[in-house]
Amino acid sequence: MSDSPAIVESHNAAQQHHFADMEQQRQASSLGMWLFLATEVMFFGGMFCAYLIYRYWYYPEFAAGSKTLDIRLGAINTAVLICSSLTVALSVRAAQFGKRKLLVTLLVATILLGLVFLGIKGVEWASKFEEHHVPGYSFHFEPQAPSHPNTKIDPQRIQIFFSLYFAMTGIHALHMVIGVGLFAVLTFYAWKGLYNSAYYTPIENAGLYWHFVDIIWIYLFPLLYLIDRKK
Amino acid sequence: MSEHVVSTKLYYAIWIALLVLTGVTAGVAFIDLGPFNTIVALTIATLKAVLVLLFFMHLKYTSEKMTSVVVISALFWLLILLALSLADYTTRPLGVN
Amino acid sequence: MATVVNPVAERENYLNQEYGVRSWLLTTDHKRIALLYLASITFFFFVGGLFALLIRLELLTPAGDLVQADTYNKLFTMHGQIMVFFFLVPSIPAVLGNFLVPLMIGARDLAFPRINLLSWYLYIIAGILMMHAVLTGGVDTGWTFYTPFSTAFSNTKVIEAGLAIFVVGFSSILTGLNFVVTIHRMRAPGMTWWRLPLFIWSMYATSIIFLLGTPVLAITLTLVIFERAFHLGIFDPTRGGDPLLFQHLFWFYSHPAVYIMILPSMGIISEIVPCFSRKRIFGYSFVAMASIGIAVLGFLVWAHHMFVAGMSIYAALIFSFLSYLVAVPSAIKVFNWTATLYKGSITFSTPLLYAFGFIGLFTMGGLTGLFLAALGVDVHVTDTYFVIAHFHYIMVGGAVMGYLGGMHFWWPKISGRMYPESLGRLAALIVFIGFNLTFFPQFILGYLGMPRRYWQYPPEFQVLNVLSTAGSTILAVGYLLPMAYFLWSMRYGKHAEPNPWGAAGLEWMTPSPPPTFNFEETPLVTWEAYDYGNIDLPKEVPVER
Repeated sequence: MSDSPAIVESHNAAQQHHFADMEQQRQASSLGMWLFLATEVMFFGGMFCAYLIYRYWYYPEFAAGSKTLDIRLGAINTAVLICSSLTVALSVRAAQFGKRKLLVTLLVATILLGLVFLGIKGVEWASKFEEHHVPGYSFHFEPQAPSHPNTKIDPQRIQIFFSLYFAMTGIHALHMVIGVGLFAVLTFYAWKGLYNSAYYTPIENAGLYWHFVDIIWIYLFPLLYLIDRKK
Repeated sequence: MSEHVVSTKLYYAIWIALLVLTGVTAGVAFIDLGPFNTIVALTIATLKAVLVLLFFMHLKYTSEKMTSVVVISALFWLLILLALSLADYTTRPLGVN
Repeated sequence: MATVVNPVAERENYLNQEYGVRSWLLTTDHKRIALLYLASITFFFFVGGLFALLIRLELLTPAGDLVQADTYNKLFTMHGQIMVFFFLVPSIPAVLGNFLVPLMIGARDLAFPRINLLSWYLYIIAGILMMHAVLTGGVDTGWTFYTPFSTAFSNTKVIEAGLAIFVVGFSSILTGLNFVVTIHRMRAPGMTWWRLPLFIWSMYATSIIFLLGTPVLAITLTLVIFERAFHLGIFDPTRGGDPLLFQHLFWFYSHPAVYIMILPSMGIISEIVPCFSRKRIFGYSFVAMASIGIAVLGFLVWAHHMFVAGMSIYAALIFSFLSYLVAVPSAIKVFNWTATLYKGSITFSTPLLYAFGFIGLFTMGGLTGLFLAALGVDVHVTDTYFVIAHFHYIMVGGAVMGYLGGMHFWWPKISGRMYPESLGRLAALIVFIGFNLTFFPQFILGYLGMPRRYWQYPPEFQVLNVLSTAGSTILAVGYLLPMAYFLWSMRYGKHAEPNPWGAAGLEWMTPSPPPTFNFEETPLVTWEAYDYGNIDLPKEVPVER
C-alpha cells in the first residue's frame, strides 16, 4: 500500500471489498461462470449418456419416435436460438461501448426470442399430449409406415424415446426459462445504467450461460429430430 | 476495457454460418447416407457448437488459459462417462436386448 | 499488531465483531459460515448416528425382534443417506475448508462470499426436506436408490429424499466452485502453487470432483423423480429400461464421492504430521500430485460397484484394472506420511493421535478395497458385511478420524481457546478402540457370508454382532467427549496464542481467533511450505513494502 496519503485509490462502485482490483474480480467471475457451465455439461451429459445407450439398443423405436416430431418447428426453433445468440453477443459488445439504449434493446430482443422458442416448444408438447405420445398410462403409439418393412416397433420400448424426449427438452426448456428470467433482471439494471465499458461482467457471464443453452439445443435438434428422415 | 472487442461483421458472419449449417443438417437428413447420416449430423452440430464457443463465447479471444482448461476438462469428463458406459453396453453378450 | 497479551474478549475478531442472530444468518464471512456449517453437520451426525445405533441394537440378536423388516430397510437407508450426503461430504470442505482456505492462501475471503452463504442455505433447505422425509415415513431403497425398486415399487418418500439430496448436492457444487476460483485467483503475492499447503491441494482436488461428479448425481435423481412422478420409462424393465443404466449414472458420481470424503481428510493429515514431527513433509510434490491423481483416476472406476449386477465381463475387467490403479496415489501418500514421521521429533498430541489412527485404519480400509477390486473375491464378499467394514474403515476410521484430528488441530484458531489436551488424548483412544471393536468383526462376518442389509441372521453370527454393537457404544462415547469439551472450552478453555503448536502456514500468523478480514494487510510469501527446519520462519505476517 502506498505511503503517500495524497494518492487515493478510487474504487469502481461495483468492486467488492475482498478483491484487490476490478480485474481480479472480473477474472474470478468469469472463471466461476465457466466452471458452472462445466457442471451443466455433466448435468445434461447424464441424459446424453442415457440417450446414447438406448439409441444403441432400440434404434428402430428411436427412429420411429423421431419421425413423429415436427422437423419444421424444430428447425425454426434452432434458428430462433441462433438469432438469440447473435443478439446476446451484440449486447455484450453494446455494453463494452457503454451504449445503454442499444444494450437494453438487444437484451429485450433476446428475451423475446427466448419466449418465442418456449412458445413453439409449448405447441410441440401440446401436440405430443394430443397424440398420446406421453409415456405413462395413456401412452398409445400408432406406427407410421416404417422405413424397412420388416422392422417391428415395440410399443413399450418406444416409450423410452419419448421419456428421453420430454426429459431432455423439458430440462432444456427449464434452463431457457431461467435464462429469460436472468436477462429480465439484467435488462432492468441495464436500463438503470449500471453497465458500462468499465463494468459489464454480468452481461458477459449471462451471455455465456445463454450461449451454452443454445449449444445444448444445437445437439438436441439432430439427436431428437433427425434420427431417420430418409424417404 | 481490457477485453477483446469483436467486430459486428464477424458476429453477423458467424450468425449466417450457423443458420446455413442448420439448413444443411436438416436437408441432409432427408438424403440416405446409411450410417453416415448420424456422423454428418453430429459433425455439423459440433461445428456449430465450436463456432458459438470460439466466437460468441469469446473462447478464441480470452487471455486466460484456465478457461480453455475448463472447457476441455468438461468435454473430457463427458467423454469418460459416455465411453466407459458404452464399454459395458457394447461388450455385453448378444441377445441381451 | 501489538502483543498477544490482550484477552480475546478485548481484541476484535470475527466472533465478537458483531452480535445477534442476523449478523450470523446474513453473514458473508467465510469463518462464520464455517461455524454455521459446523452446527448443521453436527446435528446430522447425531441423526445418522441415531440410526446407526438402532441398526446395531437390532443386530444384537439373530431374530428380527426390535423392528419390522420394512423399518429396518428404512434405518439403514437413512443412516447411509444422512451420513454420506449431510455429514461426510460436507464436513471437512464446508467447515474446515471454508474456514481455512482464504487464511491459508492469504486472502480476505473466498471469491464469492454470498454464494458461500447461499451454499449453506441450500444445505439447510435440503436438510429440512430430508428431515421431513425421515419424520413422515422415511425411505427404504438403500442409500443407493437402485431402480426399479425406487422408481416403481417403493412406497416411501423417495421423491422427497431425492429432492433433498439434489439440493444438498447443488450446495456442494457451489462450494467446490468457490474453492477452485479462490485458489486460482486469490492467492497472496508469493504464494505460488508449489508453496501451497497440502490441505489446499486436497481441497482443490476435492472441488474438481464436486464440480464434475455431482451434476451427474443430480440428473440421475431428477430422472428417478420424473419416473416416479410422471411415469417415464427410462429405468422400467417392462418398457425396455435397463436397471443397470441407473447404476452406471449413480456410481459415476458416488464412487468419486468417496474420494470427496477422503481427500480432505488426507489433506488434514498432511498438515498435522509435519507439525508434530517438526519436519517438512516428505515428497511434497508427490503428495500434491497424488491428490489430483486420486481425483482424476477416481472417475474411472465406478462400475466396480456393479461387478455382479449383470454388466459385461469385459468391461468389468477394465474397471477392475483401473480400480487397482487408483490405489497407487493413496499408497504414495501413506508412504510419504510415514517417511515424514521417520526420524522426526514426535509430540503425541491429540491431532497426531488421530493422524496415527487415520494412517493405520485408512490403510486397512484401502487394502480391503483391493480385495473387492479383484473380480473373483468380489463375487464372494460383495453385498456382505465385508464391504460394510471396508467402507467404514475408510469413512469412519479414515475420514472421521481426520476430521476430528483437524478440529482439534485448528480449534485454537477457530475458537481462540485450547481444548483440554489429556481429555483429547483419552477421547482419541476411546474412538480408536470403539471403532475397531465395532468394525473389525464385520470383516470376519462378511467373509463368513453374512449379507448386508439383512435384519435377521443365522445364530452362529451372533457373537461377532454383539462385539460390534458393544464397540459402537464405546465409539459413541468417544464421539460425545469432544463435543462436550469443545463446548466447555469456548467458555472455560485457556486462551490460545496465535500459534500454539508452532505450526507453519499463514493461518498461524494471524491471531486466534482471526479478525474478520483475516489479515491487516495482504501477506507476502517468501518461504516454502512446511519449512520446519527454517529458523527464520516469520512469526508475524510479512507484508509488501
